[in-house]
Amino acid sequence: MPVLLLVSLFLVTVIPRILPAFLMDRMIIPKRLTWFLEGIPYAILGALIFPGILTVVQDRPWIGVGAGLVATVLSLVRVPLVLVVLLSVSVVYLLL
Amino acid sequence: MKSFLKGMLAAVPIVIGYLPIALAYGVIATEAGLTVREITMMSVFVFGGASQFMIVNMMLASSLYIEIILATFVLNFRHFVMSFAMMHRLKEAPFFVKLVLGAQTTDESFSFFSLSDVDEDRDYHFFLGLFMAGYLAWVFGSLLGGFVGLLIPSKLGISFGVSLYAMFIALLVPAVKKAMRYLWIAVLAMVLNYSFSLVINSGFSLILATLLASTLNVFKKGEV
Repeated sequence: MPVLLLVSLFLVTVIPRILPAFLMDRMIIPKRLTWFLEGIPYAILGALIFPGILTVVQDRPWIGVGAGLVATVLSLVRVPLVLVVLLSVSVVYLLL
Repeated sequence: MKSFLKGMLAAVPIVIGYLPIALAYGVIATEAGLTVREITMMSVFVFGGASQFMIVNMMLASSLYIEIILATFVLNFRHFVMSFAMMHRLKEAPFFVKLVLGAQTTDESFSFFSLSDVDEDRDYHFFLGLFMAGYLAWVFGSLLGGFVGLLIPSKLGISFGVSLYAMFIALLVPAVKKAMRYLWIAVLAMVLNYSFSLVINSGFSLILATLLASTLNVFKKGEV
């Protein structure tokens, strides 16, 4: 992993985090922009899940989908994040 | 100092939550061919669960570095919004404290911060302790995961590949339960990402799908 990549990744993650410390309290972000920013986490989570989840096990997309469904059901019944992760891993392990 | 330690104690649930995920990250990163040193350095400098999983995944898919950097920026931009809200409540704190707390903004630390009051009991030393404990758990958890990843059989290593998707789902589901609109945004992003990925690089496809699907939120009616 090249140092330049690591430094760039550091910069793109740290700058948005510390920038607000430098900004004036009065700075106001337009409402529609706030709404747009609010939408980003949900959009990127969706895009990260699909179609990537099909590639968990090569040539067997259903294993990823199955584990994903298990994770969805567990999350719906409020199982803690850690358990959702570990149980999904177990599902894939059993299906392999 | 006392409230700093109190903060570290209060971080126990966050630490317990981070450790297995940091371990999983370490294991997957080993599968992707990263050294223990690279795995740990990434946790030190990037400090973002979802981002680091994504970075490793994109490296596995041999994405271009510029794609990885842009996607990480987009994924992490939410921390700007969170940090912005935090700074608003930390007006009285010294600049250095703002800087340290801001640099350690995560979904978990922010949720904890926004749910608690800043008062005599929980001053900024408390939050410095809280944030620092989470950070240390993340760094040491991934270091450990890097070693574990070298030891475990490959079948288990492959199974760990699903952990990032499980985490993304576990983050998305509670939000969707709050407002259905978030479900439509996520589903639109999935469809767009799938369609774009047929014609362009997966990293750019991810960014484009995210930005387009997020605009759906601009048209929300009324409050929440």
